[in-house]
Amino acid sequence: MLFKTVSKDEFEKLVGIMLESNEVVAPTRVESDVHGDPIHEYLPVESFDEIDLNYETTAHSAKTYFLPYRENLSTYTFEAGDWGQEIGYRAMPRILLGLHACDINGLLKLDKVLARDVFPSPYYVSRRQNTFVVGIDHEPCDGGFCHAVGADTVTHGFDLFLTDLGETYLVEIKSSRGYSMLGQVKTQDVSDADTQAFKAVRHRITEQFTTDLDIQDLPNLLDMEFESEVWTKWGEKCLSCGSCAMSCPTCYCYGVEERASMDWKTGSKSKRLYACTIVDFAEVSGGRNFRPDRKTRLKYRFYHQHRGFVESYDEPKCVGCNRCGRACLVGIHPAEVIGDLQREERL
Amino acid sequence: MQYLGIQPKRPKIAVFDFTGCEGCELQLANKEETLVDFLAAVEVVAFREVMTDAGDDYEIALIEGAISRADEEALLRQIRDRAGVVVALGTCACYGGVNRLKNTFDLGEANREVYGDKPKETSEVRAVGDVVEVDLAIPGCPVNKAEVERIVQHVVLDVAFSFPAYPVCVECKQRFNICLVDRGQLCLGPIVQAGCDAPCPTGGRGCWGCRGPARDANVPEYLSALKEKGFGEDEVRERLGFFGAFEGAVG
Repeated sequence: MLFKTVSKDEFEKLVGIMLESNEVVAPTRVESDVHGDPIHEYLPVESFDEIDLNYETTAHSAKTYFLPYRENLSTYTFEAGDWGQEIGYRAMPRILLGLHACDINGLLKLDKVLARDVFPSPYYVSRRQNTFVVGIDHEPCDGGFCHAVGADTVTHGFDLFLTDLGETYLVEIKSSRGYSMLGQVKTQDVSDADTQAFKAVRHRITEQFTTDLDIQDLPNLLDMEFESEVWTKWGEKCLSCGSCAMSCPTCYCYGVEERASMDWKTGSKSKRLYACTIVDFAEVSGGRNFRPDRKTRLKYRFYHQHRGFVESYDEPKCVGCNRCGRACLVGIHPAEVIGDLQREERL
Repeated sequence: MQYLGIQPKRPKIAVFDFTGCEGCELQLANKEETLVDFLAAVEVVAFREVMTDAGDDYEIALIEGAISRADEEALLRQIRDRAGVVVALGTCACYGGVNRLKNTFDLGEANREVYGDKPKETSEVRAVGDVVEVDLAIPGCPVNKAEVERIVQHVVLDVAFSFPAYPVCVECKQRFNICLVDRGQLCLGPIVQAGCDAPCPTGGRGCWGCRGPARDANVPEYLSALKEKGFGEDEVRERLGFFGAFEGAVG
């Protein structure tokens, strides 16, 4: 672990260097919502001025840069009674700048499933390895509960991590390529004053978490509340529109589809991210549907986030970013649903 | 041309237009990069918009437009008798479409408004399926040609195809759009069947629901959410009624 400080001017210079030879994806203000509040997205930028590092959250997570919504897995060609297959997972180098701790934690969770489990995905691994991740500390976002699920700080999974100390950034260097990258601009060693300032920033951030949520023993609680009326209450609201899973930084469920070209000369196999709340998610041949109603599908979404994933990987899948809660047009907020279940148990 | 060693069928198809703008037919002739192959996959025996020959020996009839006159009804019944497969092509054929707005007026009054003192014979607008049995309904205003191609592939070679069960939101989110409802615009995305790839929201315009209700659409819940967000009842009702696709879906 290595720490340096870099002035904001030098950091801007560094971003300029990054832009010279890489695609840089960073938080960009794209719209205003109905209240006039800014909406940000992680988008490719061409200059430092397009970047807004002082953003609260983004509508979509950065997942799509590692796990695209739609992805070609292989292409087939048919010719003279024979066939060929082409598989490509070469990824262009990319810099993802300005990710918050929750989203880097999201990547670490995806790593567990897609890079370190029994069947690693070469498509994911290729993008992950070719993406240089720069994280940044930030004030808690409205409705976020990352601290409750242990995702408000991050210890690895990035190359550089910034903490805003006012005139300078304190930079945590986590990889040799991070070290080389940062080495292209002037940096200073961390002084005692910097350390004090860093602690003050971290303290200020921690103090600001207001969401009252305790997920301790949640997996067991979920087991006990399998038949709870809470699932009916929230489940009947659910639009089954998939917006929660589409905006989630860790939802990775998908479907695979084969297509033929109109001239019959080529075919393709492609993957498309799907959502467990969609009506046919658990539908199988013959039309049998294991989760035909909304409340069951919504329930299983929570079970995967806070129970199934914990059993497999010792931590919840959820990073508390509340993008699903923001995206949900009928107001299904995960912290409220979990809170309801906890109150149910106390009755 | 074979695919996976199998010779595709080459069914005889005919395209017929009833009350509609012919935009769906035009879609069939669009997408030039695959048009030749598309036309090679089937044998077109009648298609007034693109050819002069017209035969009446066909297995598949594509019906564009709604039914709004007695002679249309008679012709449609004749087609139904001849064709093995009848396909409702586009929103007008599937639901009545924009034409269905006429049904909210007095027929005589509508006739006078449009034709003045030269009234035409006209009747209530109906979807094709309200008149004859329909084997397949392809919604869309206009239909999505890429989807039509896949349906044709399904017909000629059993390549797997099914309409998406999910609503437009999935495709809209996958196109990295900012939610239009968050920006204060009315959008029917959460309750409308996808498959269009969300061109309207991507272009900054809320969904008008041309493809009809999504499977298991939670219409009442979404309508109360819209009300809570301040959208007026008239505005929402007008939107839902625009293509006639939500009759029966709204209480």
